[in-house]
Amino acid sequence: MSQLNQVITVYVPRDASALSLGADAVARAIVAEAKARNLEVRLVRNGSRGLFWLEPLVEVATPAGRVAYGPVKARDVAGLFDAGFLAAGEHPKALGLTEEIAYLKRQERLTFARAGITDPLSLADYIEHDGYRGLQRALAIGAEAIIAEVLDSGLRGRGGAAFPTGIKWRTVAGCAAEQKYIVCNADEGDSGTFSDRMVMEDDPFVLIEGMTIAALAVGATEGYIYLRSEYPHAEAALTAAIATAYAEGYLGADILGSGQRFHLHLRRGAGAYVCGEETSLLESLEGRRGEVRPKPPLPAIEGLFGMPTVINNVISLASVPIILDKGGAYYKDFGMGRSLGTLPIQLTGNIARGGLIEKAFGITLRELLYDYGGGSATGRPIRAVQVGGPLGAYLPESQFDTPLDYETFAALGAVLGHGGIVVFDDTVDLAEMARYAMEFCAIESCGKCTPCRIGSTRGEELLEQIIVARSEGPQPGRIELLKSLCDTMLGGSLCALGGMTPYPVLSALNHFPEDFGVSPDTAAVR
Amino acid sequence: MAKLAQHADFPQYQAVTRAVLAAHRDEPGALLPILHDIQERLGAVPPEVLPMIAEDLCLSRAEVHGVVSFYHDFRASPAGRLHLKLCQAEACQSMGAKALTSELQSKLGLELGETRADGSLTLDAVYCLGNCACAPNAMLNGELHGRVDVEGLLALLEEQGARA
Repeated sequence: MSQLNQVITVYVPRDASALSLGADAVARAIVAEAKARNLEVRLVRNGSRGLFWLEPLVEVATPAGRVAYGPVKARDVAGLFDAGFLAAGEHPKALGLTEEIAYLKRQERLTFARAGITDPLSLADYIEHDGYRGLQRALAIGAEAIIAEVLDSGLRGRGGAAFPTGIKWRTVAGCAAEQKYIVCNADEGDSGTFSDRMVMEDDPFVLIEGMTIAALAVGATEGYIYLRSEYPHAEAALTAAIATAYAEGYLGADILGSGQRFHLHLRRGAGAYVCGEETSLLESLEGRRGEVRPKPPLPAIEGLFGMPTVINNVISLASVPIILDKGGAYYKDFGMGRSLGTLPIQLTGNIARGGLIEKAFGITLRELLYDYGGGSATGRPIRAVQVGGPLGAYLPESQFDTPLDYETFAALGAVLGHGGIVVFDDTVDLAEMARYAMEFCAIESCGKCTPCRIGSTRGEELLEQIIVARSEGPQPGRIELLKSLCDTMLGGSLCALGGMTPYPVLSALNHFPEDFGVSPDTAAVR
Repeated sequence: MAKLAQHADFPQYQAVTRAVLAAHRDEPGALLPILHDIQERLGAVPPEVLPMIAEDLCLSRAEVHGVVSFYHDFRASPAGRLHLKLCQAEACQSMGAKALTSELQSKLGLELGETRADGSLTLDAVYCLGNCACAPNAMLNGELHGRVDVEGLLALLEEQGARA
């Protein structure tokens, strides 16, 4: 075997999820073990493939392709060397060729094409894997054609509101102003979501490229990424990638010699969930309390510092480079109805195989939960899933055949949101989850509007009373009051925080009335 | 202007605040970065520095206080040497975060939001660390830990406490 004098490349992810499960210790053990055995190993800290039940997922480059081992603990490393893992040797943790792992192979990775494959901080790696091709084309075709391509792709805002990205861009492009801004909403606060974090940690240049293309399209010269403070690893990766992009002429006063300029700044949030709401985010960027602004005016017309502003979610912006590279028609070929392209779905919570699943719209919850996810982590029946974050509805088993599509979900009184799915087994208490939804709203309300500020507190109290009294028989008065309160919050709140907190509450009540101590016919609303 | 009671560390507070304000002089809307920088250096945003910030940014003291108090991250006094944040959000709840939190609270004799009198440990709630496929989650001094349990966290605290 010529292994002794060959340099073999080994990949150990640097993604925060992998680190949270001991990836650094695994990397150190591999380096130490290789040294002790006099083997030359080139260690690459790649991003994560998003197969989180297999993290830390170690890969080895072989002539046949990359082979995977996982989940690897530091204590497994010596055994892996004994098994000859550098030459794809057999081992209980061997998973075969990474690309052949069914969970990954069955995905349609467009936005996440590079995640887990490349070294996220290597610009050379990014370019070698088709990076910056979108920007090259954008520079060649000009602003109007860029917007036409994004419109044609059918891309809708992936932050949750699903507003067509191209229309937003066209509005900003049509405004005459001395200064325009591109703002990236990286305040990914929804429980059950991490796709923004993965983009920023595992392929940060794709976000920078997407923002640069947006700037060219609308005539903006300044950009901000508003990143939540709970993501220190993403902050480090973005800081490094932005510095590299400046140094190599991809950001700054003269982008790739085109004469166009774009300056990009990274700002850290400070632990306020409501700042994921776009107007609250703008207030925060301007140095104020993150209080929601009434709309109109739309941020596209009067946004950051009163100027026309494109504000898009990380995934929306990160999907732009491939749309520019391969064309809007290529992108919209994926998906169904008016939900075109792909959605990075995050399968989380009580699930055996949690992770990132980028698929065309139209896949059903059941396929995701059982074919991909393998059922619950605890082995108990799945009773409910919450889709779309803390403001998303709880769906019962009878709705698991629903395809993931914005309009289908809306028809159910549910939302896709940012594509997060949180799985609960049959030990979940949905009345308690409804109470928590109100509590979370009370903690995070910006206080600007009364239905949200007061309603959430009253809702929490009411649900506490319902929970205490539920074993004593029906309490129609309280249930009616809860519905009425939800109605006020739905219709009277300024933004989605107060306006959508009723979604988890009412869906829990509708689908799981027994948890509230009431019979199904009393609970039915809408 | 009424004279504020001066903290013994006030000269240091002043020096740090002055330096941070100077560093952000040309940045539009820089109040959050300023507060983050002060907290990074002092471990907190002491109430004593708010008038200085207000004057420098041509804001009222109330406006600056309003911003500091709006955001969960900013603290009036430093966190403990070990700062453990336990995720309380839905994905972590689906994997037993509530039970984990209450057991840990009773073992540590500390509620969420409290700091030990000797400044050795702060326990805080956090709402999502973005590691929801590996719940329940915790963050200790900026390091993320997935699939945690009470025993593992206690061992981690002991190990890190010995190091701190």
